[in-house]
Amino acid sequence: MTEFLQHLVNGLSVGTIYALIALGYTMVYGVLKLINFAHGDVYMVGAFSGFYLANAMDVGAHPSLGKAFVVFVGSMIICGLLGVAIERFAYRPLRQRARLTSLITAIGVSFLLEYGFQLPAIPWLGIPFPPGPTPRFFPEPFTRIGWEPFGVYVSNYDVVSFLTAVGLMIILQYIVYRTRFGTSMRAVSFDSQVAGLMGINVNRVISYTFALGSGLAAAAALLFAGSRPKVDPLMGLSLGIKAFVAAVFGGIGNVPGAMVGGLALGLAEEYVSGYALSSYRDGIAFAFLIIVLLVRPAGLFGKFRAEKV
Amino acid sequence: MRPVLIVLRSALPFIFALPILLVVQLKISPGWEIILISAGINVILAASLNVVNGFTGQFSIGHAGFAAVGAYTAAKITTAMHGLQIMGLSAGVSDQVVFFLALVSGMITAALAGLVVGMPSLRLRGDYLAIVTLGFNEIIRVIIENTPFLGQATGISGLPRLTTVLWVGMGAVATISMARRLVGSTHGRALLAIREDEVAAEAMGVDTTGYKVRAFVIASSFAGLAGGLLVHLIQLCTPRSFTFVKSIEVVVMVVLGGMGSVTGSVVAALVLSFALEGLREVQQYRMVVYSLLLIVLMLTRPSGIFGTREIWDIVKLPRRRRAGAETAP
Repeated sequence: MTEFLQHLVNGLSVGTIYALIALGYTMVYGVLKLINFAHGDVYMVGAFSGFYLANAMDVGAHPSLGKAFVVFVGSMIICGLLGVAIERFAYRPLRQRARLTSLITAIGVSFLLEYGFQLPAIPWLGIPFPPGPTPRFFPEPFTRIGWEPFGVYVSNYDVVSFLTAVGLMIILQYIVYRTRFGTSMRAVSFDSQVAGLMGINVNRVISYTFALGSGLAAAAALLFAGSRPKVDPLMGLSLGIKAFVAAVFGGIGNVPGAMVGGLALGLAEEYVSGYALSSYRDGIAFAFLIIVLLVRPAGLFGKFRAEKV
Repeated sequence: MRPVLIVLRSALPFIFALPILLVVQLKISPGWEIILISAGINVILAASLNVVNGFTGQFSIGHAGFAAVGAYTAAKITTAMHGLQIMGLSAGVSDQVVFFLALVSGMITAALAGLVVGMPSLRLRGDYLAIVTLGFNEIIRVIIENTPFLGQATGISGLPRLTTVLWVGMGAVATISMARRLVGSTHGRALLAIREDEVAAEAMGVDTTGYKVRAFVIASSFAGLAGGLLVHLIQLCTPRSFTFVKSIEVVVMVVLGGMGSVTGSVVAALVLSFALEGLREVQQYRMVVYSLLLIVLMLTRPSGIFGTREIWDIVKLPRRRRAGAETAP
């Protein structure tokens, strides 16, 4: 029973992270019908910008909650800007072309970030950037306290990251379904051409969507760093695939679906690897994806729309 | 045409290539031999990936994963048969026969892997295939690294050096003629129709999923062939030879040459292979160069060097234009 509860706690804490990243995939897919391959790497950039900000403010030596907040918001802003820039320079010029063209560009951007970050540091920058292939470790912004109710280990990091993630999702839900921007975003996602004719600035909505999704990825990166402080340039690759699986499971393009999908995948991974196949942990998401595609390709909440010509 | 003639026509490229390859194999220096063989393996990979990414308009980025499946199958067979001799054959001939069987089994297992991956993902629109194949490429690595039978991360070492210019050359000729003859066949027309407009193709009665899966299985099997040839060149079979870096390398070759152009893929594979030999000093910039190349190509010339045309279409073009100019009033 204790083991079961421990897996539940771990699964929920990983699942919320997956959900936050999956939201970025699903929102971009909603407005552009594009799988943003570079999203996993935006997550990686979020982790690194947090790492650099934390080092610049000397969080390791003088930890404080205020600094942690500044690092958190700062990385979200940096990633939001990065997302907007990627959309502006790599995806927007290709929007009218074949879908395959933007997909290839997205793959290009993804590998550019992954391998650009592995290059040796530029000497005149003052900070070790690009960071190179060796993993770095995140400083702890506040002291770790662990509790063991019913023999289940829970740390204050788990609690903080879970609550923050849930808070962010509630805010996002509010933005998407209650604000003017959310309404125009859903309109663009429904039919971008008609939305444009109704006076919605489609370009701006797409830019903001990228900013929002990328900011959430940065938040996920920093929350995840609480339990896994290792940061390296290839960290976005497998996590990106897993978050994509979560988005597909929930029904890609569907915002609540991504949250449910993320939690489901986190729990499934934790239970399967905890009880049966621990060394194949990274393979579970893949098996999950194959099963979803076979059984219900539109996902849990997605509707399969027949293509009209 | 009589059946005998059809068989002869299919064999024609091999009959032409055989003496040339034999001469090259005898004359070449060992250093150049390795470069030429790796270029040939890249040609096989690029030309076969072109069947999926070029003809069918889908997008696979896990070609190295299928190469790994073929490579491990072939490596297991040749190491198991090493030292054994088939009855009635001399040692050299026996080794070659075993190698042939190993390569064919590698092709079969890679094709099966292609079927397993392709079936669920190809029922949907193209972009799912991209992420599923990328995932497959990673999973194959995880599986190999966790399986003691496959040597885990250190891999299988001590493979016999069986890959020669002749083997690779024949493999490349087989791949190229497969691709060219496929695109001219009924099957190939269906693939092109899917690429141009999937909905329209379906309306015209093309079994889109069936044809896509078949194209994917064919491409995977040839990737398995390339994998088998590669590990018997470097005499070592590790998951490191088949990471997604390798997959992206092949994708860049296909995109650069022009998706849908077999000769384009061949030219791009040869050019990139030889260029990379020269750039061995700056290995770390390799992937950065690839990714920039992909982005810049898509932004400026998404059709690649040749587009969907073959090299002879381009060489012939000016002549045709001149003929038109003469008849013009």
